[in-house]
Amino acid sequence: MSEPAVHLLGIRHHGPGSARAVARALEQVRPDIVLIEGPPEADPLVAWALDDGLRPPVALLAYPSSGDAAAKASFWPFGEFSPEWQAIRWAVTHEVPVRFIDLPAAIRFAAGSDPADESTVDSVRQDPIGELASAAGYDDPERWWEDVVEHQTSTVDGDALAPFEAIAAAMGAVRQGTSGDDERREAYMRQQIRAARKAFATVVVVCGAWHVPALTDPLPPAAHDTRTLKGLARTKVNLTWVPWTHGRLASWRGYGAGVTSPGWYHHLFTAPDRVIERWLVAVAAVLRAEGLPVSSAHVIEAVRLAQALATLRGRPLAGLAEVTDATRAVLCDGDELRVELVNRRLVIGERLGEIPADTPGVPLARDLAATQKRLRFPPSAGTEEKRLDLRREIDADRSRLLHRLRLLDVPWGKPVEDRGGRGTFWEAWRLEWQPEFAVDVIAASAYGATVPAAATTRAVELAGAANTLGEVSRLVQRCLLADLPGAFGRVLRALSDRMALDTDVAHLMDALPELARTLRYGDVRGTDVASLRVVTATMLTRIRVGFAAAVTGLDEDAARAMKERVDAVHSAVPLLSEEALGEWLDAVAKVADRADLPGLLGGRFARLLHDAGRLDRDTVGRRLGAVLTVGVPPAHGAAWIEGFVAGGGLVLLHDEPLLRLVDSWLQGIPAGNFDEVLPLLRRTFGAFPAPHRRAIGERVRRWDSADAAPAEPAGPHERGDLVLPTVELLLGVGRG
Amino acid sequence: MTDVVRRHAEAEYATELALLAAGDDRPKPPGWKLSPQAVVTYLLGDGDVITPKYIGPRRLMEVAVATLATDRALLLLGVPGTAKTWVSEHLAAAISGDSTLMVQGTAGTPEEAIRYGWNYARLLAEGPTRAALVDSPVMKAMAGGGIARVEELTRIPSDVQDSLITVLSEKVLPIPELGQEVAARKGFNVIATANDRDRGVNELSSALRRRFNTVVLPVPADAEQEIDIVSRRVADLGRALELPDLPPAYEEIRRVVTVFRELRAGVTEDGRTRLKSPSGTMSTAEAISVLVNGVVLATHFGDGVLRAGDVAAGIVGAVVKDPVSDAVVWQEYLETVVRERDGWRDFYRAARSGE
Repeated sequence: MSEPAVHLLGIRHHGPGSARAVARALEQVRPDIVLIEGPPEADPLVAWALDDGLRPPVALLAYPSSGDAAAKASFWPFGEFSPEWQAIRWAVTHEVPVRFIDLPAAIRFAAGSDPADESTVDSVRQDPIGELASAAGYDDPERWWEDVVEHQTSTVDGDALAPFEAIAAAMGAVRQGTSGDDERREAYMRQQIRAARKAFATVVVVCGAWHVPALTDPLPPAAHDTRTLKGLARTKVNLTWVPWTHGRLASWRGYGAGVTSPGWYHHLFTAPDRVIERWLVAVAAVLRAEGLPVSSAHVIEAVRLAQALATLRGRPLAGLAEVTDATRAVLCDGDELRVELVNRRLVIGERLGEIPADTPGVPLARDLAATQKRLRFPPSAGTEEKRLDLRREIDADRSRLLHRLRLLDVPWGKPVEDRGGRGTFWEAWRLEWQPEFAVDVIAASAYGATVPAAATTRAVELAGAANTLGEVSRLVQRCLLADLPGAFGRVLRALSDRMALDTDVAHLMDALPELARTLRYGDVRGTDVASLRVVTATMLTRIRVGFAAAVTGLDEDAARAMKERVDAVHSAVPLLSEEALGEWLDAVAKVADRADLPGLLGGRFARLLHDAGRLDRDTVGRRLGAVLTVGVPPAHGAAWIEGFVAGGGLVLLHDEPLLRLVDSWLQGIPAGNFDEVLPLLRRTFGAFPAPHRRAIGERVRRWDSADAAPAEPAGPHERGDLVLPTVELLLGVGRG
Repeated sequence: MTDVVRRHAEAEYATELALLAAGDDRPKPPGWKLSPQAVVTYLLGDGDVITPKYIGPRRLMEVAVATLATDRALLLLGVPGTAKTWVSEHLAAAISGDSTLMVQGTAGTPEEAIRYGWNYARLLAEGPTRAALVDSPVMKAMAGGGIARVEELTRIPSDVQDSLITVLSEKVLPIPELGQEVAARKGFNVIATANDRDRGVNELSSALRRRFNTVVLPVPADAEQEIDIVSRRVADLGRALELPDLPPAYEEIRRVVTVFRELRAGVTEDGRTRLKSPSGTMSTAEAISVLVNGVVLATHFGDGVLRAGDVAAGIVGAVVKDPVSDAVVWQEYLETVVRERDGWRDFYRAARSGE
């Protein structure tokens, strides 16, 4: 056997060009072992790559076995176009062993650093090839790779290793003069390479281009590396596969960060030829699917423009920048919204990874099981109803767990109407654990390693995707119920944004009562709602500003709907603050006199102001009288009365002065008008329940018989006196 | 010396164009006076002898020039005051050396302005002959291989717009009366400008739209740049109106530009509060006129110092174009943003007092 050969393939993380080159190099070299930069604890997981259920984008997830999994979990994501993934795939299909050779996650966790986080590292180290490309005037490193590395090396002599030799040489120059504080990682890698070359004849190492010079022969003496690695602490870690998405690949800060266009990379990797043409055809398809007219002629012109731009910018090949400019100018008519759409659908892409259902130990599932155990709350197959008393710590935790799982689309518990109905401390649930939930938990594991962490990520994502104010305000409530302080700020931010952009005051009025109640009862759960208070106050301000426009010029149906909203807001505002109530009544008072107010609302406002003591009885009486004057159409008058007395007959029954007001108004109607008004009155009073109508009638008749005696004087009452001592006893306020 | 108020771009910047042409060794598209790279340099400046004509993203100018180089017509879109006409004039000057072949689009632009008209005296005397024909700017550009400019394309009635379709797709203008046609020579192209806000007035037919590549010119990217543009223009206009020099009112200028930028973008400068945008364009040009107005007020009716009160009324006028919806937008802005902002108390009071 000859001298063992080690081939170093320096790659760009997530670079499709590198991925293709790696695949070609592996075909040519046919090594006996493949070493890959990555956590060695993942070695046993490589076999899963053969499983058809494991489809990229996926990520390797490492998390400490004990302690806070959420705070420490680290991800190594791979797309179809990642060189590491291609190397893994090649190795498992050719039954060649794979080893990960980076510093173990166990050591890096123990050192307190996120093993996958390279975001603190300067950009040259993180993406040296990207930096080389931008130094050469390219803003798309992949086009640079294709143009410079591929076209000028491999095609010349057909040697698949040539690009990597070129890269190694370039990196040697780039790294000159920089001191590596990757010393430990590279020492570990060197040791693994030394170990591998003892056992195998041909070794291929796939690692970030940055590390190549440090791993090139001649390696420094092994003793030196041993010293570097001596005595490093370790913690216990677990690793597993989790599904990933292109969207998260784009926003990921960490290992392989800066992949802003995974969809484009996927295209570069998978398109067999005519990259630009195929891409623009796909763009056209996306736009057509949205009903936007895009013809083949458009695509032709876009391709021409992309090529002309590349020439103008002195680049041999059009890259993503050129293609996007051409898309904007030709296919999207300069409309940024459409460009955004293309960006979301294609450039980033909506590809979602999959992992087999039997993947071992998804941390979220473990966390869920541990939480269920801690709360003595095991899942059961049958349906079960459970009432939780939120004053008890354990029940409050259970409630949070159920709400969080609902956010993660694991509807283990469904809230049901509490038939007990004894205060806000009670919460009733129907529990039913279905086996499919296990799969849902795996799917949700991409959001985080623990239930609260995953629910937080999910809530933030939902807030970004929500379209209407209603959706966001419901989300605010769900966040509070699930107790997700991490997501709360972001969701409130989304709420405040939607609120500012919503031109319809009605939507704001729909959202306010719910939020006010949330504020009120948030205290029950001991959540911090100070910021929600601010947002709700702003919401009230916006309602007040737009109130006049919202309540005028409405037809009957709209006025009726608005009256419901006004009532809902009116009952919710006192929950906010004294000051808010005053401001709200000011706003109502400001519009109450307007002539273009629908009758229903006019009456309602007069009533609200009267009840709040803002209008004295005389004014109300005058307005009541004015409604039936000749200038007011009868329908308007009827609606006014309806709005005024709405709320059922009981109010009239108990508020005697009010009843007298209505009564004297009725008596004041001229005989000639009475026939006209009668049907309208019947419509209003006919809506009251029969017992109320009867009681009102009796009350009025009594006044008549007593010849309009003054209202029952408030004072001692014989039978009342009998009860008073007991009441005093109950209240503990002895009469001295 | 010349006594005209304003000279054409190719005359004003003749030395720069000559300089660029002399040093230009890159391939030129047929009919072009400069290579595409040189045209881009002419527009954006080289930081030395070539002055920048357009201040903004390089990318946009590259797309515009590449569009013309691929023989496609160019449509410059943008809100008023984003230098559309300015860019189109300089493109024409740099590419064909002639920016005068221009059709001003109005609601009354006739088809003759795009195709051809007749000299009726000659037509009656000689019958339909080539000599009796009056060439339109577009026809002249076709015959001479130059750039024709169409200003405010979307103001032109749709049926007249559509007469551009044949010109752009066939590159031929038939004259059926004479049994002749004018074929476009190499280098012919069309640059049109259109106002974003006029969308839907005379929307381009999709057949015509398809012949254009669109470049949207944005409003100034950051506040400092806009403040710079605004203070220069305010000073210029002040001199033109022969107003006495006011003490520099940097704070008021910054305030006006901030209000305009925030309402235009629908978000506060710190990015924390979203706002509704009013129906008006809130362009840089309007900010300038608000400030000039304020300067006039301060000079003639005030104490000679530009104060919040002098600009507040003007701002309300610029924001509230629609008395119902814009008033709500302005109220919300005042109550939720201006009121809370440090050092804006005087402005808040001035704006409220106008109600």
